[in-house]
Order: sequence, then structure tokens, then C-alpha cells
Amino acid sequence: MAVLVSTAINGDTVEFACDPHESLLDVLRNRLGLSGAKEGCGTGDCGACSVQVDGRVVCACLMLGVEAEGRDIETVEGMSHGTELHPLQSKFLEHAALQCGVCTPGFLMAAKALLEHNPDPTEEEIRFGLAGNLCRCTGYDKIVRAVQDAAKVMRG
Amino acid sequence: MQYEAPETTKAAVGLLAKAKGSAYVLAGGSDLLVRMKGGFVEPDLVVDIKRIKPMREIKKTASGFVIGAAVSCAEMNENKALVKAWPGVVEAAGLIGSKQVQSRCTVAGNLCNASPAADSVPALVAAGAKALIQGPKGKRKLPVEQVAVGPGKNALKKGELIEAIELPARKDRSGDAYLRFIPRTEMDIAVVSAGVNLRLDKKGVITEARVALGAVAPTVVLVAAAAKAVIGTKLDEAALAKLGEAASAACKPIDDKRGTIEFRTKVAAVLAKRAAEIAYKRAGGK
Repeated sequence: MAVLVSTAINGDTVEFACDPHESLLDVLRNRLGLSGAKEGCGTGDCGACSVQVDGRVVCACLMLGVEAEGRDIETVEGMSHGTELHPLQSKFLEHAALQCGVCTPGFLMAAKALLEHNPDPTEEEIRFGLAGNLCRCTGYDKIVRAVQDAAKVMRG
Repeated sequence: MQYEAPETTKAAVGLLAKAKGSAYVLAGGSDLLVRMKGGFVEPDLVVDIKRIKPMREIKKTASGFVIGAAVSCAEMNENKALVKAWPGVVEAAGLIGSKQVQSRCTVAGNLCNASPAADSVPALVAAGAKALIQGPKGKRKLPVEQVAVGPGKNALKKGELIEAIELPARKDRSGDAYLRFIPRTEMDIAVVSAGVNLRLDKKGVITEARVALGAVAPTVVLVAAAAKAVIGTKLDEAALAKLGEAASAACKPIDDKRGTIEFRTKVAAVLAKRAAEIAYKRAGGK
């Protein structure tokens, strides 16, 4: 039996109906057309589905859609302001911190959460902070450098 | 599957108690949703406890800390008083999974999931933590070492749930620590782990000790012989050697791809000794 859920996604009030066992990731991708979050493993190991819920980064595959009731959700689709990219997005492009791109939305969301909690992280803190995100094209060094550079821009 | 998110513990217990078929408590979901996805469990009822306010709070009381069952490990690490009083417990909780998992996972869930390799459990056992359980027949308190009864099996009866984990108040001249061995640097499951909590007298002699080991037996084990080996000492070389021997002697591990019996038995001694040294320093010992 479908359940009606009312939530906020990227600042907009969103209502959807979903089955109780559906993950938030399936709801985002299949019901709401927000395909930025990716399904890599579906078991919380790869971080490709990272989104923010009430200001904390979570794996959308490890949360039920029905749990989103009344929460504040941010996805990669809400990162840029129109055509103006978020500094993390610009720096990922500048540093070529992506190859196939499947892990990128997750890395961006996890890096955003990291910098919101710690605006001036050390390299070690960045590596630990992003340890829940896997990149199988093995571009970690470029990703770390992009995050360091974006942090600098965001600190102003 | 029916999903319920009650706002009181009483309502949650009522739902679980009268459930026909399989009923599961959902806290962080980092174990339950993986098991659902893999088809290992097919719940008829899931009771989400995150809308129950008292379960979202860490309370500091005269007798210690009460950590609500739905408090995430990230929230534990952000509670300064808790970090100061129980650094070993908080470090152990902070080692579970990634930042993403930390945002959701709970120590009560870690305990109920009953993995012998659960990171927070040896630290909680060493700390002398208790599980506050609510059920159809009222409340009961269980030492955390009695919650897991085998791999994946816990002591909760139908309709029961853990509402909070209670940690004692931090005594003078005492300290705790937790260490684990993993082949990576993060995001892995303990091959062996050790939690130690010590109390010293004014001269630095150990008066109280609790030593717990993870991933070396079907459940996390409290090793009384290891505690006995260091009580009355200043954790000198001889005491450390005896502690290590007692830790190894308590191991009944499995052989698997992550570690052999021989490796786990040996490393249990090393980690118990190192964790004891950290706990001793944190207690003010020199």
C-alpha cells in the first residue's frame, strides 16, 4: 500500500506516494526524476547516492522514502544556483576530478557536507571525510586537490 | 510491509507486541535496510523510533549519561561532555562505517544487530554500560554484554526494544580506550578489537578494570581474567604480559578470509595491551 509523504527537496515542498519498503534513492530517481544520486552498491558502501538530510550527509540507499516525511533534503541537483556552479563543482571541473562521473554527485554532496562542518580541513581530514565515497577510476588525488581548492575559495 | 513511526515508546512497544509476522525496529537502518535489500529479511512491520523525542537525546544525569536509542554516532561525537567522559566509547562509535553511515547509525542498533565484530560494543562492555529495555511487561535493565547471545541474535523478547543505553558517571582517575585491527585505514569491519576501562588510586595503582574483546568469539566477551591481571598493578611490563596472555586465552575465534584463528588470538593480546596503556594514561597514570 502506497504511503503519502510530504518533504522538502532542495528548498521546494515535494509530495510523493511510495511503497513503505522503497529506498529514498529509488524515490528520488524513479518517482521524482532526480537522477543525480546514483546507485552503486545499494548497501551503503560506495557513497554514490549521497544526499543531505537535515544537514547531514547520508546514503539515500540506506534510508526509506517514507522516512523523508517532514525532513529537509538536499541533492546534487540543488547545488548550483541556476547556471552558476557551486565552487566544488567548478573546482572538480578545473582539476578534472572525474572520469566516468558516476561517483561525482556523491563526492560533491559528501565534500559539501564536509566543508560545511569543517571549512579548513587538512588533507587527512578530507581523505577520512570522503572515505565513504568510492571512485573506481581511482581519481582520488585530483578529487582531494579539488576539494582543497574549493575550500580555499569558499573561505574567501 | 507496514511502516509506522510512533511518537512514544509505549506506542512503539504496543505495535511490536501485537505484530503478526516479522517486526523490526528501525533506528539508523544501516544494518536493517542492507538485510532487506539482500532479501535476508522480509519485515511485515517496521517501527521507526526516530520520531520518539526522548530517544533522540543524550541526557547527562548525576548517575552518568543516558543515550537515546535513536541518537546517531555522529551526534555522540558532537556531545562534548560525553566525549570528555567516555572517549573510548565515542571513538569506537565513531569508527562505524563512513560519514554517511555515522549520520544514521546508533550504538543501540549496533548492539541489537549482535555482530561479534560490532565496534561500539567492546567499548560499551568495558564501560559497564547497561541497555534500558521497554517491553509489554514494563522496563528492565540488562548489562550490554548480555544483549547479544550469538552472532545476529539478541536477548530481546517479542515486543521489547532498547530505549536507551546508560553509561555510568565517569569516576575520578579513570579512563577508557578502544582499538581495532583492520587491514585498511578506515571503512572496514574489525578483525580483532579491544575495549579497556581502568580506574586508579592516587598512587597510580589500578583498582578497577574491565577488558572486553570483539571479533574473537560468537559474541563480544568480557574477560575477567584480563582485568584481574592488571588490578593492583601500575600496568608494568609483567602486568601487561599477563593481560595479554589472559586476552589470548579468552579467544575462541573463527578462521575466515579476514583473519586466521592464530592471527586473531595473537592480535587480541597486542590490542588489549595497547588499549590498556591508553586507558591508563587517560586515567592520569604515568
